[in-house]
Amino acid sequence: MIGRKKAGPSYNKYGWAFISIAFALYLMFTIYPAVASLKLSFESFQAGKYSFAGLANYKRMFGDAIFFQSLKNTFLYMIIQVPVMLFMALIIATLLNSTALRMKGFFRTSIFLPCVTSLVAYSILFKMMFSLDGIVNMVLMKLGILDAPYQYLQDSTWARAIVIIAMLWRWTGYNVIFYLAALQNIPKETFEAAKVDGANAVQTFFKITVPQLKPIILLTAIMSTNGTLQLFDETMNITQGGPANSTLTISQYIYNQSFVYAPNFGYASAISYVVVFLMIILAILQFSVAGKKD
Amino acid sequence: MTKDKCLKITGRVILHIVLLFAVFISIFPFFWMITGATNKSVDITSGTMWFGSNLEANWANLRDTANVLRIAWNTISTTVIYTVLSVLICAMAGYGFEKFPSKGKTIVYGAFLFSMMIPFSAQMIPLFRMASSVNMLNSHIAIILPTIAMPFLVFFFRQNFQSYPTELIEAARVDGANEFVIFFRLVMMPMKSTFAAAAIYAFMKQWNNYLWPLIVIQTNDKKTFTLLLSSLASAYYVDYGQLMLAIVLATLPIIVVFLTMQKQFVEGITGSSK
Repeated sequence: MIGRKKAGPSYNKYGWAFISIAFALYLMFTIYPAVASLKLSFESFQAGKYSFAGLANYKRMFGDAIFFQSLKNTFLYMIIQVPVMLFMALIIATLLNSTALRMKGFFRTSIFLPCVTSLVAYSILFKMMFSLDGIVNMVLMKLGILDAPYQYLQDSTWARAIVIIAMLWRWTGYNVIFYLAALQNIPKETFEAAKVDGANAVQTFFKITVPQLKPIILLTAIMSTNGTLQLFDETMNITQGGPANSTLTISQYIYNQSFVYAPNFGYASAISYVVVFLMIILAILQFSVAGKKD
Repeated sequence: MTKDKCLKITGRVILHIVLLFAVFISIFPFFWMITGATNKSVDITSGTMWFGSNLEANWANLRDTANVLRIAWNTISTTVIYTVLSVLICAMAGYGFEKFPSKGKTIVYGAFLFSMMIPFSAQMIPLFRMASSVNMLNSHIAIILPTIAMPFLVFFFRQNFQSYPTELIEAARVDGANEFVIFFRLVMMPMKSTFAAAAIYAFMKQWNNYLWPLIVIQTNDKKTFTLLLSSLASAYYVDYGQLMLAIVLATLPIIVVFLTMQKQFVEGITGSSK
């Protein structure tokens, strides 16, 4: 980058021209809606229009059992699914990176494949697999583990488990892609040196692989946390939030409050800002945890 | 020596077995979905796991239930238009940020990046009201427009334009070339793989878009695949064969893109290139 000058004033104008379309769209369809949502979260529908209502919507949340249920469900998915998925992805990526592996292309392609399916499509597949007349019941009955088919999706614990299992299937390979790309950037000599020093596979994994991949683990952790906080397509199509709201996510509750029940845009916006707040808090938390262990 | 070798071989075998198991888990639902599309609903629920002869009947049923060709056209046209616009506009923005640095732009770029932290649920209600106030509900423009300027793609292009030599741009300027000619003629061609990766990312995003179309689209003739799938699956009586075929149709194009352009696909996901 030697001799790279700052663009002069006339070039500056062209720079803005290149940015202008994206910037205009961004102001109109990202910034304006986000600000309007924030404003709406302090308003309620009275006498035919939305008018200022102070903190009424935020206060209402404290007495809303379904809101707390959706918050609890979302956190449950996050606390169980994200760490399990990232750990599995790390292990699979390590194995895929092994020099002893034959047919690397075949293994990689197959393991990446789930992340091309649309969220709706795979959710429906998992709903079908675990339905009363689905393939899981059938296999378990043939193996003699079950005597009669079980209604997994009517059982709140199982329903949550199935949402988590489905997400693990869809997203583990996605994270493997990130880890594998990062692993390929670690010089082979690093691993060979560890071997010479007598480190076994487990030691190498925790002492070399994990520390070296820390930035990318942080990135995937933040992406997965954000994704889970916005979880919608899966629960909407596997369980529709049931049974008895036991799988309902925050996003789905916001959607219900806006477009399914009698529309309550003010309250729905207030809940959506709780999500914004949680996303920022969790990102800060993850950054500070990652920073500390250095 | 022999013990060492023995251990090595055992390790190798275990490695392959573990990964084969992961491959089985990954691939089985695809296999089940493709064979399911050729079977009757009753055969699928009774556990058939091989190809059947009901593909044509499933296709006929599916066409009776929904105007599949129309839905395919809706999905393809919105996705293609979205991909072209999004890639072009985000590429130009990324180029503007990277090759014309200034204080103002740094601030705007920071705003772009920060907005990745704003969930869609905190935007969708005003977007819905906007669309309704200009009578654009139930239109494909309403599906496309709000997410064309994708912060991730702007970031992705900016990262990749770093590797494009600024000297070449300056040389073209000395030759008197217009800035836009430089971008479209000179810069775009050698960055083909970056554009391909970004296009795949945008294509996947729009092809699989669900929540926003669910809010905006109200009639059957405007639906896209994701909406068709979710309405087929939540019907009172679900015909599995028909549903599986619909899932295959909705998934196949992306699988084909994936298998033919895996390298760019992976770049599009990780945001890395080269």
